[in-house]
Amino acid sequence: MSDTDAFEPVQNASAPSPAVGHSDTVVIMPETRPEWSRRNFIKGVIASGVTVSGAIYFGPALTRPQSLSAQGVERLITLNINGQTRRVDVLPGETLAMTLRYKLGLTGTKLGCDRAECGACTVLISDVNHYSCTLLTHRVGNREVTTVEGLEGANGQLHPVQQAFIDELSPQCGFCTPGQVMSAVALLRSNPNPTRDEARIAMAGNLCRCGAYDHYLNGVMRAAEETSNA
Amino acid sequence: MMKDMIPGFELIQPSSVEGALNLLEEYREDGWALAGGMDSLGWFKNRGKRPAAVIDLEGLDALRGIDETSNGIEIGALTTLTEVERNPLIRERFSLLSEAASKVASPQIRNAGTLGGNLCQDTRCWYYRYGVSCYRAGGNTCYAGATEALNREHAIFGANRCVAVSPSDTAIALVALDAEMVVRNSSGERVIKADSFFMEPAVDIMRMTVLNPEDLLIKVRIPNTWNGADFYFEKASDRGSWDFSLVSVASAIKSTGDRIDDARIVCGAVQCIPRRLQEVETMIRGQIRNEDTAAQAGSMAVQGAEPLDYNHFKIPLMENLVKRAVRG
Repeated sequence: MSDTDAFEPVQNASAPSPAVGHSDTVVIMPETRPEWSRRNFIKGVIASGVTVSGAIYFGPALTRPQSLSAQGVERLITLNINGQTRRVDVLPGETLAMTLRYKLGLTGTKLGCDRAECGACTVLISDVNHYSCTLLTHRVGNREVTTVEGLEGANGQLHPVQQAFIDELSPQCGFCTPGQVMSAVALLRSNPNPTRDEARIAMAGNLCRCGAYDHYLNGVMRAAEETSNA
Repeated sequence: MMKDMIPGFELIQPSSVEGALNLLEEYREDGWALAGGMDSLGWFKNRGKRPAAVIDLEGLDALRGIDETSNGIEIGALTTLTEVERNPLIRERFSLLSEAASKVASPQIRNAGTLGGNLCQDTRCWYYRYGVSCYRAGGNTCYAGATEALNREHAIFGANRCVAVSPSDTAIALVALDAEMVVRNSSGERVIKADSFFMEPAVDIMRMTVLNPEDLLIKVRIPNTWNGADFYFEKASDRGSWDFSLVSVASAIKSTGDRIDDARIVCGAVQCIPRRLQEVETMIRGQIRNEDTAAQAGSMAVQGAEPLDYNHFKIPLMENLVKRAVRG
């Protein structure tokens, strides 16, 4: 490229281009959708099968075949999530949080720091709480994964921990709540009657930027009390 | 912070230790042994390390579990920190290690992180972690030791070009317990004493342990030598709930009455390797265990410390921790 070329205005750089899905699939924003929201749009796209390649989240860079191969080759695996068998194509370096949110539509699991620090992505694997952002999906195997969506009772009633968190006004902004719920459930499954200090230690891996830690602890203690009285 | 995909690599999931060792031998520098992933995935996400092949140790059940042997216990390298913390045998004989394991990071990290991973993890020097081309990364400068560098977490002893410190909480406990590391590669097995397992920057600035790319830490052996001793573990960090150490101490002291028969005192986060205080151990042997001996031990412990611009505070901190350990 000559020097003059470098100063040429780039043609069409700002021209609107459609969001591009997997390879040549063009995703058109559903303008006519009455209840348009980012969440519905993403979920709608997931339902249509387009993001099963992850292209919406990973951006247009991934839609070029050469970039896709730079991520490795997807392999079809079977996961056991919330009691359901889910088959999904997974990249070698894909984390469970990515798979849950962007391929399986389980957006209750949040991504905060993506570095095993904040706990927003906490899920249960065989009843033990783990940071799903720092676990390769390929390592999960046939172990049982429980996300916040999987806590719902048969008639749609809330899990006792969720109800206790509402009763104690535990969440403030709510972003860390799914992770807090999962850590509390993990604690109560292994230790149904924790002391407040035991609960404090068990919940230490979940950060809350609103600083509602004591409210969450109140919630955990209430849930423990109510489940053991039930 | 980037929240995108980890760059591609070949993920290989061997089902036997031999298979894993052959893969490590085959890939050498291009391979990466993945245990709990708590340190590794951060590196991959930040593009700090880009292995061609990741050898996933998840399937190696032979490397999990805690067994009693004729003269001590053996802990598989893939045993999680939660298991190490809760195991009744370890609690009964070597509560120093249970306590150290319980102080590592957060519950979720202990549920996934392994003992082997905690010992072999890379340093937390945040210049190095940021991906700069420092000595440890193969470059020719140290950013943390430079003028105006922010180095309150860094070394006060043994710096040699690199000023990073050993971040492991279990390492100091295992050095204090005279543990041995069983290391294997495709051509054989060797046993390394815990206090010579960690690598000083003067010897090899690019490694934290003596492990070569083809080596795998298989298990940790703890002899019964210190079973029944009086243990002390304390970790000082910025946050009480979980954080890396600013200074930590692990000690094992055997006494008859008030008189100290033998001792091991090891400090973490003050040097690139767990710092065993052999001079202090020798000095307190035969002494009465009291406030005076503790004060002497504390001031002896920090002799020769060379603080950087922002970590002078580590000197009194270390002095006090050693003092508490000896006083009991």
